[in-house]
Amino acid sequence: MAQSDQEILEGLAEIVNEETGLDTESVQPEKSFTDDLDIDSLSMMTIVVNAEEKFGVRIPDDEVKNLKTVGDAVSFISKNQE
Amino acid sequence: MSAQRRVVVTGIGATTPVGGTATETWDAVLAGRSGARTMEFDWVEKYELPVHFAAQIATQPSEVLTKVEVRRNDPSAQYSLIAAREAWADAGAPEVDPLRLAACIGTGIGGVWTLLDAWDVLREKGPRRVFPLSVPMLMPNTSSAAVSLDVGARAGAHTPVSACASGLEAMAYAADMIREGRADIAVAGGTEAAVHPLPIAGFAAMQALSTRNDDPAAASRPYDTGRDGFVLGEGAAVIVLEEYDAAKARGAKIYAELKGVGMSSDSHHITAPEPEGAGASRAMLEAVETAGLTPKDIVHINAHATSTPVGDVAESNAIRRAFGSDADGMPVSATKSMTGHLLGAAGALEGILTILAVHHRIAPATINVEDLDEAIDLDVVRGEHRKLPEGDIAALNNSFGFGGHNVAVVFSSV
Repeated sequence: MAQSDQEILEGLAEIVNEETGLDTESVQPEKSFTDDLDIDSLSMMTIVVNAEEKFGVRIPDDEVKNLKTVGDAVSFISKNQE
Repeated sequence: MSAQRRVVVTGIGATTPVGGTATETWDAVLAGRSGARTMEFDWVEKYELPVHFAAQIATQPSEVLTKVEVRRNDPSAQYSLIAAREAWADAGAPEVDPLRLAACIGTGIGGVWTLLDAWDVLREKGPRRVFPLSVPMLMPNTSSAAVSLDVGARAGAHTPVSACASGLEAMAYAADMIREGRADIAVAGGTEAAVHPLPIAGFAAMQALSTRNDDPAAASRPYDTGRDGFVLGEGAAVIVLEEYDAAKARGAKIYAELKGVGMSSDSHHITAPEPEGAGASRAMLEAVETAGLTPKDIVHINAHATSTPVGDVAESNAIRRAFGSDADGMPVSATKSMTGHLLGAAGALEGILTILAVHHRIAPATINVEDLDEAIDLDVVRGEHRKLPEGDIAALNNSFGFGGHNVAVVFSSV
């Protein structure tokens, strides 16, 4: 069952919090993973894999570099959810 | 040699089976409290392990570290961070040029939990699910790296690996760095987190572990005729070592001096100690000589004494071989009777207990020695603690490891 963008954002915020300790409130669509949230490439891979499991999507490695902001990730997941 | 730089201990930290801090650990040792207890893990029954108990950590890292620190560090690195932060704070977080600060944290086994958890994930879920930090978390230098990052050490981060001698070898290595002028301050010790079914099965297969499942607290009994192997422990112990003049100039609290170091290797057998103790006695004598002392100056020994039938006797022989009748004046404590055997952290923990013995002038009593083995020709401290003499005193800490590694360190009053 597809989730709303808001539900995806909240789920993603939980994953980011789990991985980095960042407050879930700080995970907002306009935030850049690297520049705003200071997430390195290793943490990003962990977040991607956990998001795949949580949302039932496949995020190819080639696609990860295009997910610059939290919003990019939310829309990718939203479009690709079954 | 008069110009040689002296090395002193200005901070201590530990997280062990008997306490969440160095002070709690020392108090528990003086109270004669055992850290061994029955394991509540489902894997004990699942794998039908022959040993049902271990000396497990007293304070869970999740009570001390952040969630992210726990997630990104193998338990062995978590323990080392906890002990290092305590030691660093205890030393007063000295101002030091990062290029003059070193970190030396030894381990016997390294990130065994991370390694085997990642293996399970690979087999069950495939390579994509393997945690990206698996390799840096399982490597044996994960703890020295984590500590060097934490305190900002840039003079070098080193990881002596010599099985159960690792922790003391790390302290010895750090002291050499300071003596040789390669660093002014070092954070040094050992860590181990191997209360895991695989090491337990492996040690049990070689019949190294006590199987006294009905009475864990009585299982670690060095020197007693009823001893039947060691009790696996876990934790970390870390000290801050500092060049003496600088420590004194900043008014640091000084626990003791790390005065002499001796190391040797047996080249005898991969696990069995050389029964006459030739290698071990050489290490002890070298530690006393490099300290500029004579055997008569040594008033206490914290022995390696793991509670194995063969090892305890071999060490007793080695002490006699090294010191002859002078050993009569060296009351010996076997603190593994309480803490269990922390493998790569054991030498570091016993280093701290030796430092505190010198500092407080108390040799702690060994517990569970009900029937002293007559093959043990030592003045074993048991029943009550022994008061150590006033004036200048020095004590010896022994630490030996599978592979024939022998490390001995002399700590003295300052």
